[in-house]
Amino acid sequence: MNNVIICLFASAGFDRATQGVAGAGRRLADALGGQLHAIMLGAFTATDEAALAAIADHVSVATELADYQPETCLAALTQLCQPLAPRAVLLSNDTYSQELAPRLAFRLGGSAVADGVELISHSEHLQVKRAVYGGKAVATIALKRNPAVVWLRARAFEPAAPRDVTANVEPAALTLTTNSATRIVERKSESAGEARLEDAQIIVSGGRGLGGPEPFEDLKALAATINAQVAASRAACDAGWCPPTWQVGQTGKKVAPGLYLAVAISGASQHLAGMSDSKVVAAINTDADAPIFKHCRFGIVEDYKKVVPLLREKLAAARQ
Amino acid sequence: MNIVVCLKQILDPLAPAREFRVDNEKKEAVRGAASLVTNIFCENAIETALQTKEKLGAAKITALTFGAADAEDSLRKALAMKADAATHVMNDGATNPDPLAVAQVLTAAIQKLGAFDLVLTGRESGDWGVGQTGALLAELLNTPYVGFVDSIESADGKLKLKRQTDNGFELVEATPPLVVSITNDEHNVPRIPKTRDVMMSVRTPITKFTLEDLGVDVATIRAGGDYYAVADLSIPVKDVQCEFVTGDSLEQKVEQLAQRILEVTRAL
Ligand SMILES: Cc1cc2nc3c(=O)[nH]c(=O)nc-3n(C[C@H](O)[C@H](O)[C@H](O)COP(=O)(O)OP(=O)(O)OC[C@H]3O[C@@H](n4cnc5c(N)ncnc54)[C@H](O)[C@@H]3O)c2cc1C
Repeated sequence: MNNVIICLFASAGFDRATQGVAGAGRRLADALGGQLHAIMLGAFTATDEAALAAIADHVSVATELADYQPETCLAALTQLCQPLAPRAVLLSNDTYSQELAPRLAFRLGGSAVADGVELISHSEHLQVKRAVYGGKAVATIALKRNPAVVWLRARAFEPAAPRDVTANVEPAALTLTTNSATRIVERKSESAGEARLEDAQIIVSGGRGLGGPEPFEDLKALAATINAQVAASRAACDAGWCPPTWQVGQTGKKVAPGLYLAVAISGASQHLAGMSDSKVVAAINTDADAPIFKHCRFGIVEDYKKVVPLLREKLAAARQ
Repeated sequence: MNIVVCLKQILDPLAPAREFRVDNEKKEAVRGAASLVTNIFCENAIETALQTKEKLGAAKITALTFGAADAEDSLRKALAMKADAATHVMNDGATNPDPLAVAQVLTAAIQKLGAFDLVLTGRESGDWGVGQTGALLAELLNTPYVGFVDSIESADGKLKLKRQTDNGFELVEATPPLVVSITNDEHNVPRIPKTRDVMMSVRTPITKFTLEDLGVDVATIRAGGDYYAVADLSIPVKDVQCEFVTGDSLEQKVEQLAQRILEVTRAL
């Protein structure tokens, strides 16, 4: 009854987010005195699989689920979780996990919570901490049903150290039911080749104050001098100046780089909700009272049009 | 095609953070001077429904909310945007019912309204950001579910949904009935209603249901539901001192900025 399940999409590999979920699952299973079961949707590489087997007690691999289709995957996961009578099912914060989690909770008779940053297990029901009100407040949610199905802000959780024992890796025993009411017929990636924003060490981010799509080209040139990736506020994405995949915030990417340079971004709480875990935040903004500066280690009150080209030159020169 | 759009009225999420307070007793935000607005993703959902109707040529759009008396304003706004009808389920119980309670109420209301092809919700709300209403509705209505959709096309009796993913987008073919949650993109920015339509909307009758009308577990729902509860709500404190770069010229200031940046990046 105290088992913990982690559901992992193999396509992510054993990346930092997956490690965070595995770490959270390991610690929770230990705290509850239960076993940690990993259910893999698709197959990891041998190395990734070995890393996971050194953390979980059981690993089952559903190679049939490598191609995600919402209804099929949900039915399959329900089938795999049910017999384990878990106390908790943990998922990462990717699109598919977010789509599945509440429905999986419903089918297992449990309660779901989104975007957990801390799991508290000392009472009968699990409690989950999460940001609410666009990051202006933090709530502790007490679940009333078992299992707790939680998708985690995965990188907020520390990875677990590998153990001396290795779990058996077995194929998942599964009877697939296909449901043709929905079918993903095409997948398009807009960030081909680039590392994921969530894993970036340095981010240069642009906001509405840039005034159009062209200045993003200047931000890209600036970013290139310090191996940074470019991101944006929702206002810039909504304006169509950059793709929605660049959006950082409550409803965008949750990033935590070593340096986040906000250019012409005011620092609305919903934006901060996606980047306030950054080690150092810096900003370029004409308004000294912009809320972003309340979160900055350093900043400059100037027009970005004057600052960005000059800054690029200086950073490029330092690189030589 | 019958499209139901579920919407939620919330405290204006753009109200300044420095004025934000919480009530530790009630475990919710203090309204203060903040106004009540329709959750932005719900407005994106109305906009998407309107565009879908325009593409299809014909459809009936019903805006539906479960909320206190004030929530009628959100329905009026939806009508002003040109939704065809509106239904208000009066919430006279807990101000922050849990997501299953909300989905149970909305499900009962949708079933009472009759046949539907498409139910739209926002991906999450700007207050509690729960992000479960659409998915739970799909379970209760026994339909498929697709999340994070930003546009809907129709072809040969099927719907083609474009939805955002972590690194791009996907096209999903779907046969109604189904539930879809809507996210924002540059094409579904909510339209501004015409003054004439705002005036008309005031006169449009709104269908009103009480919880008793719906045959739901009234006592549990009034108490806030039996799915989860808020045990604690607090405002995190974060105090960082910003050092503004100084200098007599722009050149000097930017030089300092570059040095500070390099200090950080070199240590990574
Ligand atoms: C439910 C909900 C979810 C949301 N989710 C997100 C999210 O995930 N991510 C997100 O970013 N937002 C999100 N928002 C929107 C958020 O509230 C803000 O509206 C948005 O972040 C503002 O973007 P911005 O800072 O680019 O624009 P603005 O707030 O307009 O700020 C522009 C800034 O640019 C500065 N500026 C102008 N000209 C110049 C110049 N020449 N040089 C230098 N500086 C200049 C201005 O001083 C100002 O500070 C959400 C909102 C809601 C309600």
